[in-house]
Amino acid sequence: MNTTIIHGGTVVDPANGLNGFHDVVIHDGVVAAITAAEGSHETGDAERIDATGCLVLPGLIDIHVHLREPGYEYKETVETGTRAAVAGGFTAVACMANTNPVNDSAAVTDYIRERAAAAGLARVFPIGAVSKGLQGEELAEIGEMHRAGIVAVSDDGMPIMNGGLMRRALEYTAMFGLPVIVHEEERTIAAEGVMNEGSLSLRLGLKGVPAAAEEAMIARDIALLERTGGRLHIAHLSTAGSVEMVRTAKRRGLPVSAEVTPHHFTLTEAAVDGYNTNAKMNPPLRTPRDVEAVRQGLADGTIDVIATDHAPHHRDEKDVEFDQAANGIVGLETALPLALRLVEEAGIPLETLVAALTINPARVLNLPHGTLSVGAAADVTVIDAQRCWTVEAARFRSKSRNTPFDGMQMQGQAILTMVGGRIVHRAAASPNA
Amino acid sequence: MPFTHRHLLGLEGLSRDELTFLLDTASSFKEISERDIKKVPTLRGKTVVSLFYEASTRTRASFEIAAKRMSADFVSLASSTSSVTKGETLLDTARNLAAMRPDAIILRHSAAGAPHFLAGRLDCPIINAGDGAHEHPTQALLDALTIRERKGHIEGLTVAIVGDVLHSRVARSNVFALKTLGAALRLVGPPTLLPPELRAWGDTTSNLEEGVRDADVIMMLRIQLERQGKNFFPTVDEYSRYFCLTQRAVAHAKADVMILHPGPMNRGVEIASDVADGPYSVIMDQVTNGIAVRMAVLYLLANRPRVESEVEQEAALPEEPAPRRLRRRAG
Amino acid sequence: MASERVVMDAQAIDRALTRVAHEILERNKGTGGLALIGIRSRGVHIAERLRAKIRAIEDTEVPTGIIDITLYRDDLSRSHQQPEVKGTQIGFAIDDKRVVLVDDVLFTGRTVRAALDALIDFGRPRNVQLVVLIDRGHRELPIRADYVGKNLPTAVNESVQVRLQESDGQDEVVIAPAEED
Repeated sequence: MNTTIIHGGTVVDPANGLNGFHDVVIHDGVVAAITAAEGSHETGDAERIDATGCLVLPGLIDIHVHLREPGYEYKETVETGTRAAVAGGFTAVACMANTNPVNDSAAVTDYIRERAAAAGLARVFPIGAVSKGLQGEELAEIGEMHRAGIVAVSDDGMPIMNGGLMRRALEYTAMFGLPVIVHEEERTIAAEGVMNEGSLSLRLGLKGVPAAAEEAMIARDIALLERTGGRLHIAHLSTAGSVEMVRTAKRRGLPVSAEVTPHHFTLTEAAVDGYNTNAKMNPPLRTPRDVEAVRQGLADGTIDVIATDHAPHHRDEKDVEFDQAANGIVGLETALPLALRLVEEAGIPLETLVAALTINPARVLNLPHGTLSVGAAADVTVIDAQRCWTVEAARFRSKSRNTPFDGMQMQGQAILTMVGGRIVHRAAASPNA
Repeated sequence: MPFTHRHLLGLEGLSRDELTFLLDTASSFKEISERDIKKVPTLRGKTVVSLFYEASTRTRASFEIAAKRMSADFVSLASSTSSVTKGETLLDTARNLAAMRPDAIILRHSAAGAPHFLAGRLDCPIINAGDGAHEHPTQALLDALTIRERKGHIEGLTVAIVGDVLHSRVARSNVFALKTLGAALRLVGPPTLLPPELRAWGDTTSNLEEGVRDADVIMMLRIQLERQGKNFFPTVDEYSRYFCLTQRAVAHAKADVMILHPGPMNRGVEIASDVADGPYSVIMDQVTNGIAVRMAVLYLLANRPRVESEVEQEAALPEEPAPRRLRRRAG
Repeated sequence: MASERVVMDAQAIDRALTRVAHEILERNKGTGGLALIGIRSRGVHIAERLRAKIRAIEDTEVPTGIIDITLYRDDLSRSHQQPEVKGTQIGFAIDDKRVVLVDDVLFTGRTVRAALDALIDFGRPRNVQLVVLIDRGHRELPIRADYVGKNLPTAVNESVQVRLQESDGQDEVVIAPAEED
């Protein structure tokens, strides 16, 4: 077919220990070679992409998004969601099962994959439900879904309140090598809380969710993990206590991994002040101490993955009284600059952050992506880390606009996204175009 | 001039001068209710709309009397009779009302932040008549006025607030006001209703007699059965045994203690009948002061010149509206 | 304030009020049924002084009250900030009384109009009379004073300030040209 050379950029590929000037040679949609800078000799009809001054990364992978299709197409579809993904620099996403109908069957899994193929943008890896209908009672047909192509199971949106079921899920999935991704929220402790429980919730007269609601479930599931084996991946970690528990479990060699969202490493509960529904999510934004702890968790590897928990909601679901507002914000189009901030603000090395967005999520889900190894699919993200731009929610590719970052200045943007050698996104010459 | 806010959403953040000004102004309105002709023409031709999503007789009636004594036209919407039960959102209801150009909207709602929600979207003054567990500013103002009249001052007083502080908007507004005005606060109740963060507001205790010891003012909160989840206390009987204000408990307070209750009272639960009917109780004063406070608030807020409507010319991105009966998704 | 001109000093004010007190007694043939009501805020002090003078002349106490006309003003909706309300205190019935309203300066007449409205809500006086220390002309309503301390022709844009011991530390009436914005 054809050859593409991405030249002049700084290649950062933690999986292969690369961080320096290299050219990436792509042939027939596959990484053919990584050569010394400007060392590629292919001429003729090689397409040349000038990445001078830019970072060249393996395509970013977001393993926690809600694409809302089937059933909630008014919030987002596979097409608009993957469009938002590639605009944000993501070449692959894994989508959660809380659709309508729930993805607890091969039929829905197939449907999602078809929609993704039709859109032809980012790769979509469906995550199947743990329990039928997300009811938390009976195991869904995991084997059938595995044959249809799920990469993990999760009841995300809902916690698995039934410890007995959680145990069986950990055991059963081992047969298929599938991780169980858990949304840790002890519902009877969280009760009707709508924000972090503390002095701000007290002042605002809002019911709060204590950190214990998350930590109690993590403690339970880590204890189960000791017995069952299997693989546990903890979604959207939000508290210092949770980070500490994962750290201890890893030290003991347990097969647990964890992720954090950009909003949890950037914002605190103060964002809720004034009853701002774009700061309402589950788990809620926490205290500065918790933000510090999750940043530290990313730095020392306790937290493996950055994942957005991209949760589109229609304006009518957010533009209401705080108690009534839906939980969550979109994240695909703002994740990258927020992650890059951590280099300066938290002293986290660039390679660590890149790993959290590429090879680590790939490993959690056993995906053959997240690297620029020779022979790997040419999923590449080219990033201008200096580019300054302003978030304009009205111009998001996502159907939804629920973000607390509207109007904010960001630095760092994906200017080219490539999936399997095909360019699926190219930023305009000037920012905000 | 001390009070320049456009709305009255809460007492948190009001300065000592602002609170004192509100109390002074309310004070000067009292004599109107003592005249034969209980009316002044100040709000003649103004329309005041009350939008109550929670049932209330006394607060609504108090606002209505206050508005009418100011010669305003008063329109009252209660949720059971309005389009709210047909599924109309708060925003749509408010927009429809706003189109009728009211000079003030009085809102009572079960969601904390509902008045702030409206204040950010409508160009007419919003008066919070109670938003969930958050604030009930006019109630606290009338409580403060009543205390000030009886005691001559608020600074330096010890005020004990007893009961379900966690869920009480009356408690919050009173804490914000009384603290700013210089009172020392004590918060009393079972530990389940006194989260640790309350200590920033005052001393906390679960011993009623300790809590009211040498208090100048005791404020009893209603046990709000409709606003609680479960298991804050096992039974009403048990709660009563430990927290009902009886003569015996009152004896620990100062001899000239005054007792306030926002009403309606659960006799025998949070307050014994003989205490409720006794000499310390100031219910009548509270009612009178309530009308004066609300007249003052209406005077200060409802007489604005019409602001050019800079609000919401919807940049119409043609969006399909979301389907009905949306449930809260977990994420 | 450089070009402020004093038009009445303390002595002149006192003489004028003494004369007014006599006029009130003469016209009403004594103090029977008389009541003084001062319009906040300087009218109140003047009313008190008249009461004292009448007491000195006739050895009788005339009931005296205070009226705050803020709530009856016709210009409240024009302002972003509401003026302070200090309150009305009339501790006696005014039905059938000869009410003497007292104010410091009579200008457009709107204050007195508001005071009349307020008074009507309190009852039905036998008649209402008006005392002003200064009448500066430029009426916008058909209002006239019965007793005037001093007639002071002014230009509309000049400002007339009555200062009293009780509120300003000294007694004087000054006139000043309009302030530049």
